[in-house]
Amino acid sequence: MINFQYSRATDVADAILLLAAHPGAKLIAGGTNLIDLMKENVEQPSRLIDISRLPLRKIEETADGGLRIGALVPNSDLAYHPLVEQRYPLLASAILAGASAQLRNMASVGGNLMQRTRCAYFYDTATPCNKQTPGSGCSAIDGRNRNHAILGTSASCIATNPSDMSVALAALGALVHIAGPSGERAMALTDFHRLPGDTPHIDTDLGTGEIITAIELPPRGFAHNYSYLKIRDRLSYAFALVSVAAALELEGDTISEARVALGGVAHKPWRSLEAETALRGQAATTDRFSRAADLLLRGATASSHNRFKIELARRAIVRTLTQAASATPQSQAHKKIA
Amino acid sequence: MADAANQIPDRIPIDLVVNGVRRTLDLVPWTTLLDALRDHLELTGTKKGCDHGQCGACTVLVDGRRVNSCLTLAVMKDGAEITTIEGLASDGALHPLQQAFIDHDAFQCGYCTPGQICSAAGLLAEGHAKNADEIRELMSGNLCRCGGYPNIVAAIQQAMGRP
Ligand SMILES: Cc1cc2nc3c(=O)[nH]c(=O)nc-3n(C[C@H](O)[C@H](O)[C@H](O)COP(=O)(O)OP(=O)(O)OC[C@H]3O[C@@H](n4cnc5c(N)ncnc54)[C@H](O)[C@@H]3O)c2cc1C
Ligand code: SF4
Ligand code: FES
Ligand code: FES
Repeated sequence: MINFQYSRATDVADAILLLAAHPGAKLIAGGTNLIDLMKENVEQPSRLIDISRLPLRKIEETADGGLRIGALVPNSDLAYHPLVEQRYPLLASAILAGASAQLRNMASVGGNLMQRTRCAYFYDTATPCNKQTPGSGCSAIDGRNRNHAILGTSASCIATNPSDMSVALAALGALVHIAGPSGERAMALTDFHRLPGDTPHIDTDLGTGEIITAIELPPRGFAHNYSYLKIRDRLSYAFALVSVAAALELEGDTISEARVALGGVAHKPWRSLEAETALRGQAATTDRFSRAADLLLRGATASSHNRFKIELARRAIVRTLTQAASATPQSQAHKKIA
Repeated sequence: MADAANQIPDRIPIDLVVNGVRRTLDLVPWTTLLDALRDHLELTGTKKGCDHGQCGACTVLVDGRRVNSCLTLAVMKDGAEITTIEGLASDGALHPLQQAFIDHDAFQCGYCTPGQICSAAGLLAEGHAKNADEIRELMSGNLCRCGGYPNIVAAIQQAMGRP
């Protein structure tokens, strides 16, 4: 690993001051992504600002009946929190589908949102990668791209966002709370991650010098009709090829509200408002779910090795919506897909 | 003030309680907890497999929670209590998990075993696994190249006192 300086932030304001004072510095929380990338020389911060002791570990109910989750809450504490299990089981399920028990104990909510792509060329400093060195080219487009994106790609980058948690947060309509040199702000999680365009080195709309302080969930939790289905090369401890977070509200057999977000297929969690609108007011049938899948995957394009992902995603969407509608969510322990 | 690229940072004084014993160290900031244990405290029971969070061989308990010590910086754990495989037995008696691994022949080469046992100790403390499927899922962060999985699951079931 490269040499770097180390500072421990005492509070959020101190972290913001330290970031402003040291332009080459990076925040570190759980360290599970940053240290990994530093060992590969992909990230080379001149200083680490340790935020792991900041008082951002609370999970609190908000006045409107939602939940505010501090940026340093470990992924496992969030997944097993009674209010999350009861009201937002989709989020609990998505988190438990990711990484391993050890990593979830370490990983923070803020770090999870900021984790970088697992594109093998991004991890390898010897190969061109526009995300790593802007303008150097994309090795994946004509290289090994089995794990890569099928939606929202650009000529500069076809990488995916690897987070499971973010997929559920996108479906639930979460907000990201941010603090920085010019005060506090909040934005929708669906606006937080960017598409690659011609600036794939910028993953999110977090500004330089800013820090994520919390995530907020709106009151609507979809606790009855939800499912998170993750398809991967082995049954656990692997990133998604395709994942689907589905959340429905039903009146009898009629869908009154629908949310579907996809993971593993794009540079950000993928939602289609059109697909969700097409489900509202309709009967919860396979035909309707197929129609929604078509709308979600409209414009999907394959690279040389990932054509299978389009059909895989189509089937996974239908399956996950079926699980959600019948209130039989995918178990993350018993791996048979119901 | 920008950080000079070639400035060598000072060593940082660190206090850890490792297996019940207070240890003080002066470490450069990029020392991982794994390297601190193995290279500075000569506790080589904890193994380095991948050094990237992908195998679980380096699993230790930090303040009672299982973590991958290869992705943990020692300076960030200043003040913490660390338990490694060397700290599980007490007064010469094996930890029930150690005994169960022997009873079930739950290792071949043994390289993954310290990580498996520390991870299983974390799993028991967490209390979320209630059957074999759940043990398998919640132990998925520990790979065994020898393929000892069925015996590892059986050993953990014995220590858990559940079928
Ligand atoms: C082997 C392995 C398998 C994995 N499998 C999965 C998986 O299947 N699914 C999945 O979703 N994830 C998986 N992960 C990724 C894991 O979830 C992330 O590494 C973790 O969530 C990152 O959180 P952290 O706190 O450790 O981040 P850190 O490594 O501390 O930080 C990551 C980045 O976030 C920034 N950051 C951290 N906190 C803040 C903040 N509050 N504000 C602003 N910036 C911040 C840091 O500066 C850094 O750039 C896996 C990781 C490994 C090593
Ligand atoms: S897909 Fe993106 S991250 Fe991967 S090599 Fe191309 S530019 Fe780099
Ligand atoms: S050595 Fe830490 S997970 Fe492999
Ligand atoms: S016993 Fe050899 S790797 Fe597990």
